[in-house]
Amino acid sequence: MAERLPKTLFEKIWERHVVVEEPDCPAVLYIDLHLIHEVTSPQAFQALREKKLKVRQPGRVVATMDHSIPTRNRSLPIADPLAANQVRQLEINCREFGIPLYDMNSPYQGIVHVIGPELGLTQPGMTIVCGDSHTSTHGALGALAFGIGTTEVEHVLAMQCLLQRKPQTFEVRVDGALRPGVTSKDIILAVIAKNGVAGGVGCVFEYTGSAIRALSMEARMTICNMSIEGGAKAGLIAPDDTTIEYMAGRPFVPKGAAWDQAVRFWKSLPTDSGARYDKSLTLDASALEPMITYGTNPGMGMPITGSIPRPESMPDAASRGALAHALEYMALEPGKPLLGHPVDVVFIGSCTNSRISDLRLAAQILKGRKVSPKVQVLVVPGSQQVKRMAEQEGLPQIFREAGADWREPGCSMCLAMNGDELRPGQYCVSTSNRNFEGRQGKGGRTFLASPLTAAASAVAGSIADVRTLL
Amino acid sequence: MEPFTTLTSRVVPFPQDNVDTDIIVPARYLKVTDKAGMDQYLFRDWRFESDGTPKPDFILNQPRAQGAQIFLTGRNFGSGSSREHAPWALLAFGFRALIGPSFADIFLGNSLKNGLLPVVVPAEVSAELLRLAEADPNLELTVDLPSQTVQLPGGKRVSFPIDNFSKQCLLAGVDQLGYLLKQEAHIRAYEASHPPLLQTTG
Ligand code: SF4
Repeated sequence: MAERLPKTLFEKIWERHVVVEEPDCPAVLYIDLHLIHEVTSPQAFQALREKKLKVRQPGRVVATMDHSIPTRNRSLPIADPLAANQVRQLEINCREFGIPLYDMNSPYQGIVHVIGPELGLTQPGMTIVCGDSHTSTHGALGALAFGIGTTEVEHVLAMQCLLQRKPQTFEVRVDGALRPGVTSKDIILAVIAKNGVAGGVGCVFEYTGSAIRALSMEARMTICNMSIEGGAKAGLIAPDDTTIEYMAGRPFVPKGAAWDQAVRFWKSLPTDSGARYDKSLTLDASALEPMITYGTNPGMGMPITGSIPRPESMPDAASRGALAHALEYMALEPGKPLLGHPVDVVFIGSCTNSRISDLRLAAQILKGRKVSPKVQVLVVPGSQQVKRMAEQEGLPQIFREAGADWREPGCSMCLAMNGDELRPGQYCVSTSNRNFEGRQGKGGRTFLASPLTAAASAVAGSIADVRTLL
Repeated sequence: MEPFTTLTSRVVPFPQDNVDTDIIVPARYLKVTDKAGMDQYLFRDWRFESDGTPKPDFILNQPRAQGAQIFLTGRNFGSGSSREHAPWALLAFGFRALIGPSFADIFLGNSLKNGLLPVVVPAEVSAELLRLAEADPNLELTVDLPSQTVQLPGGKRVSFPIDNFSKQCLLAGVDQLGYLLKQEAHIRAYEASHPPLLQTTG
């Protein structure tokens, strides 16, 4: 019998899902779960209608509303006519094509990358796609999950398959124990600061090492979520006991004998010893400090006690130009520290950091404290389930007493489509994933950081080191 | 989708790395439910003042950009969000080919599926093309898909890679869905041997 070659987690999932691969053609990859939201799907459904095609497997699709919906009073009609139309269009499309929809009144509604795992829709070993680049989040459970465009949404709706070229594998190994005040958000910001925003292009990251193993499931999601910010379409973490414990009892998880069988399968997924990755990097978690970004892409990050780099210190003309441009947009001075820099808004939310454990971290800092009167603080839970859990634990009360605003679940100020937005020139410490120009509102300026750093900065009214409050 | 064979055109130099899709089409213009009129949102916040007046310094507002079909850019163009509105807007403005040292993965796939050709050239070539284009607003380049080459004014040719499948689809102007539809028998066989672990309906 031939010896079995050792394989990576990625290769095991990939090979299992290749339907056919003809010479000189991309592989036809089967998709187990397709998640849909209102923004990137309408043109795909329209194309199906024009081509007289049906949805092949409505039972492998779930839709929700998250991007353009209001986070204030949901009993009122949506004020923005375009957003209202987009939401209505999703309702019509789901009804016409037989797709389950968790709308604004559903107890399951939430940010698509928060509800997938919490409902047990996301399972280890699956292939998962969504017309949304942060689909990489679901890789925390050991699923191959990546964002696709609207044409591909149409392909998956029609055939439950995608045409894909096999990406390269990239091991991101993080060893060591995190120090107090340092979170998984700081790990991923440090990885991207080190490897660059294009460092993972063409690759799937697999996060390994003792620091990753020690993280909770939700903390792992924060890491995989930002894989795309490092240029990788997907990020994976091998399923382990933490994963299996997390899965148990969730609504869509197999039951009885099927559960036992699923667990056996999940346990077969981790990368075999001796398997090779195409690329790799290592990071020492024990050396990390809380991280913060100073520029206009997520790679422009540094330890919170650091100083803003000077464009002259950059290795080439392009990065000198990019940094100078970013600092001009941010109105920040090279060489200066960020600690103590005034802040106008603090946003705690998004598919990166809006889960119950994130809200608990923020509440831990805000409990018994007041946010600075100069700062507007928004806390936006990732889903209805997160919201209910937070309510049971009394978190909204802590936030309100501190002077923060507690909202309904959605993407909110992560991308500012729904009216929750920065005004031009405002500075915001945000737990989201993108500090691009205008991302949180035209002319708005974003500092990406962890929920701990965000909460500490809310209290201080300026960028603060949470370790002084612990 | 319009077929792509050979294109000779003036070029727009855009010498920046990591241009993200939030810059290409800001999120507040993603509330549309069709593809009409996308050209007006292209680089909206760099191209227009808040009141909608064009910023004269921005290159797409200059005469050289009018009618230009080739866009030269830096590394990792199209990073960030998967929004296909980015290639739709570039196409709607009139671009058919992008030339740069690298493109973000999702953006690259989206572009190919819409008949917008991303041409990956070595970093030195990209820098040289940007230099030539900045020096001469009337510079014309030829992108020839059958031979996979970019032709410079002096006749110099630089070859570029593209997977054969995407190339054939672009040359014929056919949608990649056609290929998937033809895989019906394979997909049915796969589904029969891989029962779903999950049923979201009912
Ligand atoms: S929270 Fe932000 S990043 Fe996440 S899906 Fe919504 S808009 Fe995208």
